[in-house]
Amino acid sequence: MKKKRTVFYLLILALVLLLYLVFARLIDAKVINRYYSGIITMVCINIILAVSLNLATGFLGQLVLGHAGFMSVGAYAAALFTIHSGLPKMVSFPLALVLGGLVAAVFGVLIGVPALRLKGDYLAIITLGFGEIIRVVITNMDFTGGARGLRGIKHLTDFTWVYFVAVLTVAAVFAFIRSRHGRAVISIREDEIAAEASGINTTYYKLLAFIISAFFAGVAGALYAHHIGVLIPNKFDFNYSTEILVMVVLGGMGSVTGSIIAAVVLTILPEFLRNFSDYRMVVYSVILICVMLFKPSGLLGQHEFSLAGLWDAVRGKGKRNRADGPAVGGQKGA
Amino acid sequence: MPLLEAKHLGIAFGGLRALEDVNFKLEENQIMGLIGPNGAGKTTVFNLLTGVYTPTEGTVELEGKSIVGRKTYAITRNGIARTFQNIRLFKDISVLDNVRIAMNSGMKYSLVSGLLRLPSYWREEREVTDRAMELLDVFGLKDLSGSQARNLPYGQQRKLEIARALACSPKVLLLDEPAAGMNPTETQELMETIKLIRDRFSIAILLIEHDMNFVMGICEHLIVLDYGRIIAEGSADEIRGNPKVITAYLGGE
Amino acid sequence: MGFLSQVINGLGLGSIYALVALGYSMVYGIVQLINFAHGDIIMVGAYATYVLLVMVGAPLWAAVVGSILFCTLAGIFIERVAYHRLINMNAPRISLLITAIGVSIFLQNLSQLIFKSDGRSVPNMFNFGTVQAGSLQITSAAVINIVTSVVMMAGLQILVGKTKMGKAMRATSEDAEAAKLMGINTNSAIAFTFGVGSALAAVGAVLYCNTYPMITPYMGGLLGLKAFVAAVLGGIGNIPGAMLGGYVMGVAESLTKGYISSSFTDAVVFGILIVVLLVKPDGLLGKNVSEKV
Repeated sequence: MKKKRTVFYLLILALVLLLYLVFARLIDAKVINRYYSGIITMVCINIILAVSLNLATGFLGQLVLGHAGFMSVGAYAAALFTIHSGLPKMVSFPLALVLGGLVAAVFGVLIGVPALRLKGDYLAIITLGFGEIIRVVITNMDFTGGARGLRGIKHLTDFTWVYFVAVLTVAAVFAFIRSRHGRAVISIREDEIAAEASGINTTYYKLLAFIISAFFAGVAGALYAHHIGVLIPNKFDFNYSTEILVMVVLGGMGSVTGSIIAAVVLTILPEFLRNFSDYRMVVYSVILICVMLFKPSGLLGQHEFSLAGLWDAVRGKGKRNRADGPAVGGQKGA
Repeated sequence: MPLLEAKHLGIAFGGLRALEDVNFKLEENQIMGLIGPNGAGKTTVFNLLTGVYTPTEGTVELEGKSIVGRKTYAITRNGIARTFQNIRLFKDISVLDNVRIAMNSGMKYSLVSGLLRLPSYWREEREVTDRAMELLDVFGLKDLSGSQARNLPYGQQRKLEIARALACSPKVLLLDEPAAGMNPTETQELMETIKLIRDRFSIAILLIEHDMNFVMGICEHLIVLDYGRIIAEGSADEIRGNPKVITAYLGGE
Repeated sequence: MGFLSQVINGLGLGSIYALVALGYSMVYGIVQLINFAHGDIIMVGAYATYVLLVMVGAPLWAAVVGSILFCTLAGIFIERVAYHRLINMNAPRISLLITAIGVSIFLQNLSQLIFKSDGRSVPNMFNFGTVQAGSLQITSAAVINIVTSVVMMAGLQILVGKTKMGKAMRATSEDAEAAKLMGINTNSAIAFTFGVGSALAAVGAVLYCNTYPMITPYMGGLLGLKAFVAAVLGGIGNIPGAMLGGYVMGVAESLTKGYISSSFTDAVVFGILIVVLLVKPDGLLGKNVSEKV
């Protein structure tokens, strides 16, 4: 058992490194030009955003509509730090990333403590409200540059940073879900009253999931700020929150790999369909409705992508029974 | 000192007095039955004992200390675990995970240990998995550990819920209609399992049931509730012949 | 402008919120769903009025009737297509919420595609100038709004209290399963509720067009939010509560504009929502319904 596990981890590590090396070489050799590497960077950032939102919405089961708000808070905090800190960029950038995450996490506490006491519908609206409030406040403050935006942010985000932070985020969320804390969070989604009766401090775990989700959104924001170089508060609006929500819903609420796949698809596709950008939000809304009507669990449901599962699906067979290991899986029908 | 004691316990919802002056003592290792017609307030008693409701009068004492006002999860950690009348399993996760979740409060490894997969993570996870499998084995669910709780047949779901409650390492186990919907064979099996877990885990059990064979078969002491008040208590034989109880609801068992 | 004038004009504004809040409350009462898309029905009503009045050149009464009809049908259509399936299979709440958001975004962006983002102006419909009564200065719009909302409310009370369909709606709100067992067609009751709610929103839209000169594809957002806060304030699921909440919101907004500043109104709206949800989530007139354990 232990051996199988170690081999599996090593394989994943090798795959991750291989992917990195391939892309890094291609970018260095200018085979992949600035435009495409920019898309790859956004793919990684959106993966971080989707996976972190999935933690709160998919695994905890609370609809969060203001995720872009956490991202913006992290973005501004990180940007202001690198602009004003005076530290060399090798030091200030990683610090900025952590700072972005922490500031967003603080907001996660501020918003989470009142919001998580409410039922699902109200929680969704409150998170939406806070997202909007954050945006309005940032627009009206001087030191953030106001509505014109914050300019002059150094382009410190490169492929290496964004790739490995994305990998770290995915690994962290996976590790969390397959730990006792993750199980507690999932039990709250399944049945909050039964979770309480089983000794789970639901308030604590709801807040924990919420904060971790906000943290990674903040980190994504920090990466974004140093990729684009300019921060405009209206970029982090309800539309952006919705785009991330669509990734989570489409990929599967409760599937990390589903979020990754959806993030990749929904970042790349709009780029190639730029001519139809006017129709983007209409298409997204239709996707949301159709997924809810026909496959509410999303593409991957609560499963993670596995080659074995893909093979079974192709052959039209049912799901396998995995009886051991820290397994958390299952198909949420509705 | 009794393990669990209710003293003048009562609750009113607005103008409706759902329970009034409920007194009972549950001793260690005792199996006690709470019976009465539908709507008498039996589940309400459970809800008061587990902190889902706060009593408007009286107290509940666990090992001599009042638990009134505590949150449900704290009461569970103090030693009272329960099952639900309508089965509240974590439906879309595995049987094994249902049990492991209930063991969470006994586990110690920190968030950081979990994220970094430090040795304490592996060790505690393995311990918990082993313990969970043992527990499932008691209920004959070991082979189904990987199945989704949703896919289990009804009788197994009830058993799983009991296993999950036991996973909380309680001193007191509250079972709300554990035999509901079971056929005579399953009921007999359940009776034996309950006696077994009482002996093996040294716990006291308070159960609500309508199946009189079941109740008379394993309960050492019975309390009868009607319209929110206790109308009789005693051993199975005493209750069986009690005219008040018969009038209240024993239709024909 | 005197305090009383502010209040009365606030009541006029609040009438619009009240009419829309009724839709939120009724739908929540019957299917326990916060219909995110309800605010955008106002927008649909406003544009329908615009199209009929300005583009088709229909007479005023036809534009109003047509707009109401269109919204009613739109509301029922949305319920059938987007919500019906999920309601019937007892889908988890989060699914319904996500669908509602999808519908809302769809309506807003579809409208933007058709009409573009810049606003359209609707000609003044029932303007009889400002009424002067002693020291009070009241716009005719305020009077019309208040009268209309009161009339609508009375009509709704009769509909819900005295008609067969009204009884069906109430029964389904109380206990859908029991209602079905009693032979009530809950699907019809639900569709009817959506229809009535949308019709009221359309009336609100007409009044809105009369009060404000400009309509945009995104007007439903803020307006819907204010009406939603009104519904929550009054106690969601509670019809008189929705009216009360609407008037309170209107007066609060009017007074804020008058005595503080208009840029603060949005903050006040959210502030009220947050306070209500944290202090008394059942609202002023609502009842506490907790989950049975």
